[in-house]
Amino acid sequence: MEHDDSAQGDFESTLKIHARQLVESLEHGDFGEAVQLINDLNKVRDRGLYHEVGKLTRELHNAIVNFQLDPRVPHAKEVSQITDATERLNYVVTMTEKAANRTMDLVEQSSPLVNGIGAEAQSLSADWGRFMRREMGAEGFRDLARRIELFLANSERDSVQVSAQLNDILLAQDYQDLTGQVIKRVTQLVTEVEGNLLKLVLMASQVDRFAGIEHDHAVLRAEQEQQKEPSHGEGPQIHADKREDVASNQDDVDDLLSSLGF
Amino acid sequence: MKILIVDDFSTMRRIIKNLLRDLGFTNTAEADDGTTALPMLHSGSFDFLVTDWNMPGMTGIDLLRAVRADDRLKHLPVLMVTAEAKRDQIIEAAQAGVNGYVVKPFTAQVLKEKIEKIFERVNG
Repeated sequence: MEHDDSAQGDFESTLKIHARQLVESLEHGDFGEAVQLINDLNKVRDRGLYHEVGKLTRELHNAIVNFQLDPRVPHAKEVSQITDATERLNYVVTMTEKAANRTMDLVEQSSPLVNGIGAEAQSLSADWGRFMRREMGAEGFRDLARRIELFLANSERDSVQVSAQLNDILLAQDYQDLTGQVIKRVTQLVTEVEGNLLKLVLMASQVDRFAGIEHDHAVLRAEQEQQKEPSHGEGPQIHADKREDVASNQDDVDDLLSSLGF
Repeated sequence: MKILIVDDFSTMRRIIKNLLRDLGFTNTAEADDGTTALPMLHSGSFDFLVTDWNMPGMTGIDLLRAVRADDRLKHLPVLMVTAEAKRDQIIEAAQAGVNGYVVKPFTAQVLKEKIEKIFERVNG
């Protein structure tokens, strides 16, 4: 980086000295020397520009090799790291979906059993009350006794099943460990890519300085803003509780809506 | 009471379907975005629409606008169940004529409250 600054500094001091000489030679009517000075200036500028473009190209090449984006490179792995990351994230989607469905399957199997136990207990409880209040005849009691016996047997059987299903629900959460590891690795890759991109951007800005190119940042930002139109949806908000423009929970949403007259 | 559930994730549709069944609404149908939901709404006499916002194809907010712009559907109660939580978006949905707005992740209790509130207002 120090070297870059000195290259840029050389260019700028040369530019200053030559500009002064250029004015002087023009004032003296020495056009031959003036043209010679302009040529020199161009040469210094071109040298700096080639130097920076060269560095940028080299760095780009390194980045491509590092991430194995180019399948023609002999030591490229079977797939590039980016493709690999995409596959890993797809794996996370599949795993979480499978776990969610497995969990819901088990809940849907368990609910009727628990509901059945609850409903039968309620009905037996009512009849038991009638028996205790001596509102039940011998025939009624024989029937009640038979139902209680059946209920006890069913409860025992169903609770074993529900217990097993609860255990399976617990096991279905094992995806968290695996997907967590995958996501951590992808996060690492993204951080690396970001770091390298930043390096490239810095080098490109050096090229821009030599070439005298200026970007209209306001226009670029406006373009980005336009792409973020709220109608398209942004998905879940991270750090919602720290942002003013985001409702952090349902109460916030309700407050906002009621302030609008809902 | 016939309810259409629109969400691009099948697991979320299944969660909402289960919660609705617990609330006593057993007659439900599913669509994975606005484009598939609209023809269903047109042909199938639905009484209630639960929709996500962010979906490929046609988004939930566009579906809501299409419903409100349609003479036969414009009175259909619409509940938005979405992860979109920006204030601007909630205001946008309110202005487009949404009847309720639930942010994900949500609880069964919140869903129940919002649905009951909508029916109270529709019937009252």
